Amino acid sequence: MADKEMQKREASSPVETERTKSVKVFIPLVDICETKDAIVLLADMPGVDERSVDITLEKNVLTLSGKVEPAAHGGYRAAYTEYEAGDYERAFTLSDEIDRDGIEASVKDGVLKLILPKAEPVRLRKISVKSA
Amino acid sequence: MFWPEFGRYGRVWSPWREMERLQQDVNRLLLRETPYASTFPAVNIWASDQDVIVEAELPGIDPGNLDITVAENVLRLTGSRKPEALKPGEVSHRQERARGEFTRSFRLPYAVDSGKVDASYERGVLTVRLPRAEADKPRKIEIRSQQR
Repeated sequence: MADKEMQKREASSPVETERTKSVKVFIPLVDICETKDAIVLLADMPGVDERSVDITLEKNVLTLSGKVEPAAHGGYRAAYTEYEAGDYERAFTLSDEIDRDGIEASVKDGVLKLILPKAEPVRLRKISVKSA
Repeated sequence: MFWPEFGRYGRVWSPWREMERLQQDVNRLLLRETPYASTFPAVNIWASDQDVIVEAELPGIDPGNLDITVAENVLRLTGSRKPEALKPGEVSHRQERARGEFTRSFRLPYAVDSGKVDASYERGVLTVRLPRAEADKPRKIEIRSQQR
């Protein structure tokens, strides 16, 4: 057998989808840090506010998406450009140890903050042994 | 017949050692802290005959920590973005967002009236509107014609 077929392939995003609107989509840069009882995710999404951001959790895939209305500059010409405005999208796979009902999200100054609380650990059960 | 050239440390010149040295140099360059100062924040400049609009993507910044100065036709943005310090027991998994201090300056298409500059910060986007200086505005010159 050829080596190629024996090798494991890394999973890409679940399904490659296309968008109906022809707007550029950017991947927001994130910081993720783990605290004692939660995982905190910060995502830079300039141009997004609390109404235009969408967070969905399907099975174990958490998807962040944000819509940006590009500012219209009628009567102006672009003298110098370094960036384009566009929507944001990024997905993360969550592990089972996250309490899905306790996820909190907030947006401030174009930064999305997600708090993903860790689920209560399975309680240890002590089994007493009786003497026969 | 020539002897092989002796290297800096008296050792025989070896292409492998040269390559190793090159690799070390490249690694040193790549590992050096990337200076965000030159690339962050990204800026767009829009111009008309009357004023200039400068937009910058600066998510999550305290407007009080941002300095905007204008001199003649040069605009300068200076500020810093402090990362949230990790408390003991916290572990960082990813750090992709830009952090640290930044300074950027831009030459505008014409001199602006620094007294009338207006800046706003909304949804992580900074917008600075700079009206053109009166003295710099184009003036239409009427041509007198002597009719006979």
